[in-house]
Amino acid sequence: MAKIQLENITKKFGELTAVNDVSLEVSDGEFVALLGPSGCGKTTTLRLIAGLEVPNEGRILIGDKEVTKLPPRERDIAMVFQDYALYPHMTLLDNIGYPLKVRGVAKPDMTARVTEVATELQIGDLLERRPGQVSGGQQQRASVARALVHQAQVFLFDEPLSNLDAKLRLEARAFLKHLQQEVGVTAVYVTHDQAEAMALADRIAVMNYGRVMQLGHPLDVYRRPANTFVAAFIGSPPMNLLPCEVDINAGKILFEGDRVLDIASYRERWGGVLKNGRDITLGVRPENIAISSTEVPGSIPSRVYVIQPLGGEWLVVTQVGGELVSVRLFQDEAPELSENVWLKFDLDRTFLYDKNGDLLQ
Amino acid sequence: MRNYESTFSKLLLVLFSLACMAFFALPLLWLLTAPFTPMTTLSVEIPDNPTLDNFRTVFKNEFAIRALFRNNLIIAGGAMLSVAAVATLASYGLSRTRIVGRDILVYVLMLFSSVVGGTAAMVPLFLLAYHLKLIDTHVGVILVMTGGLLPAAIFMMRDFVDSIPRSYEEAALVCGAGPFRIFRDIAFPLVRPGVAVVAIWAFVNAWGAFLIPVVMLRSPENMPASVALYSFYSEAGTPVHTLVSAYAFLYGLPVLVLYLLVNWRFGFRFFGGIKS
Repeated sequence: MAKIQLENITKKFGELTAVNDVSLEVSDGEFVALLGPSGCGKTTTLRLIAGLEVPNEGRILIGDKEVTKLPPRERDIAMVFQDYALYPHMTLLDNIGYPLKVRGVAKPDMTARVTEVATELQIGDLLERRPGQVSGGQQQRASVARALVHQAQVFLFDEPLSNLDAKLRLEARAFLKHLQQEVGVTAVYVTHDQAEAMALADRIAVMNYGRVMQLGHPLDVYRRPANTFVAAFIGSPPMNLLPCEVDINAGKILFEGDRVLDIASYRERWGGVLKNGRDITLGVRPENIAISSTEVPGSIPSRVYVIQPLGGEWLVVTQVGGELVSVRLFQDEAPELSENVWLKFDLDRTFLYDKNGDLLQ
Repeated sequence: MRNYESTFSKLLLVLFSLACMAFFALPLLWLLTAPFTPMTTLSVEIPDNPTLDNFRTVFKNEFAIRALFRNNLIIAGGAMLSVAAVATLASYGLSRTRIVGRDILVYVLMLFSSVVGGTAAMVPLFLLAYHLKLIDTHVGVILVMTGGLLPAAIFMMRDFVDSIPRSYEEAALVCGAGPFRIFRDIAFPLVRPGVAVVAIWAFVNAWGAFLIPVVMLRSPENMPASVALYSFYSEAGTPVHTLVSAYAFLYGLPVLVLYLLVNWRFGFRFFGGIKS
C-alpha cells in the first residue's frame, strides 16, 4: 500500500479545463471518494492517477515515486471500470488472471491465485464462463477480482456500482466496504452517488468545475458544508438555502417579505466575520428546523406548501416568500399543521454563506 | 374497403418482388443446371439425363485449370492476406490515435481507391510495375489489387474497431500490458469478425478481377480464371455454353465455400463484457 499525492494538477482538453489546480493527498490505506455531478472532473482526476491521461501541469506521486508521466504499467495500480471492461472473448479465469499473465506468472500459479480470489468473492464456480454468460453482479465481482488478483499499491474505482440495479448496488456497496476494511487498501473511488460516497469513504472530496470544493470526513462535509455548492449537492433533500440580509447591530436577519429572524444571541458567534450585508445566504438542513402551528420566539412565519410521507419520516415543504423550505419530521403520525406555520432554525446548525457562496465562520 | 386496398397493394408488392427475384435468380439457376446438361442453350431447363461430361472436358483444359486452382488462389489469397493485415493495423491506428483531419484523410483515401484500382491509373501503374520488374508476376498483381482495395477495406474495418470500447484497452493498460500485447490479446480477437468480413470481401474482389491481371500479366501460365474463361470460346468468338457454364460453376464454388466457412466459424456473435 502507498499514499497518493496530487500537487497542483491541471488537465485541459483543448479549451476545456477538466481538472483545475487540484491538490489532494490520500494517506496509506485511506479510502477517498471523489464526488460530484457529471463533468466535474472527478473521472479525469482518477484517470490522471491511473496514468490513462497525462496532466498539463502539476505532479503526481504514488508512494514516494513520481509517476506524473509514467504509463499505467509502471504505477502498480489496479482499476475497476464503470463498464467492467471484462474481455468478452476470454473466460472469467483468463479475465481475472490477465494482470498475472501480463506479468509472466506461470499458468498453474495464475489459476491457483485466481481461484483463491474468485472464491473469496463467491464467483469461484463461474471461472470457466465468459462475461456474457454471468449476471451483472457477477461481472462486477469479476472486475473487482481482476483488480485484487495482483496486490497493487493503489486501487482506483470508476463508478463501479452505477450499472447495477438498486438492490444489487446496496449489496455490492456493503461488499466493497467489507473488502476495504479487510484488505485496508489505499483507494480512490469516483461516484456521483452521495450515499455511496458517505457509506464507503474515509474522506470525501466534493468536486465541481474541475476543483475540489470541499475535502473532509463524510459527516463533516454533510454537517458543515464549506460552500453553497456542497450544501446544495450533499443531502437528500439538500440543505435549504435562503437569500437574506444581515443587520448585525440590530441582531437581525431579514428575509424576503419582511420576515425577520432574531439572532441577537448569536451575534458573538457570527460577529467576528459578519458585517452588515446583503447577498448573504442562510443554510440549514431540513432536519434542523422545528415547525409549529403557533408563533414561538425566534421563528419566522411560512405557509405549508405540501406534505410528503417518506416512510418513517415526513417531509414538509413550506414557502418563505418565494423560496421553498423543506422540513424533515421524524414521527410516525402525519403532522397536523395549520396552513400558516412558524419555522424555528437550530442556529447552532445554521450557516451563513457570503455572496461567493463561501462559509462565513 | 380499406382492407381490400391494402391487400391489393400488398399483392402488387409481392408480385413486383417476385419479378425482381426472378430477374436475378434466373442466371443463377442457369448456372446450376447448364453445366450438367449435354446440350446447353440459354434457357433454364432441368436436364433429362444429367452428365458430368462438361466437367471432364473442362478438366482437360490444363491452361484453364492451372489458372483457376493455382493462379487465382495465389492472387486472391495474397490480396486477401495483405489487405486484411494492412487494413486491420491501419484502421486500429486510425481509430485509436488523435490525428488532426483524420476523417477527411479517410474520405480522401476512399476517393482515391476508385482511381488506384480502376482503369484511369492503369498506365502509371503499369509503368511503376515495369520499373519495379513486377510485370508478369503475381506479386505485382497482388500489390496493385491491395492498393486498390485497401482504402475501402480500412473504411470498413474502422467501423469494427470504433465499435470496440476503449475501456477494454484501458483495462489492459492498467493490468500492465504494453501496446503490442494489447493488440494481440485484446484488440485483434475482438475485431476478428471484422477481419473475416474484410478478408472475404478482398478475396472475392481479387478472385473476380479481370482488368488488372490481364494488363499486368504477360505469359498465359500466369493468367487467372477470369482470363482463362475465354479459352472456352470458339474460334469465332462465341461462348461454348456447356463448357463456360461448367467452368463458371467451378469458378464460383470457392467463394461460396469460403463465405459459408467464415460464417460458420465466426457467425458474427459478440459476447458482451461491457455493461451499457
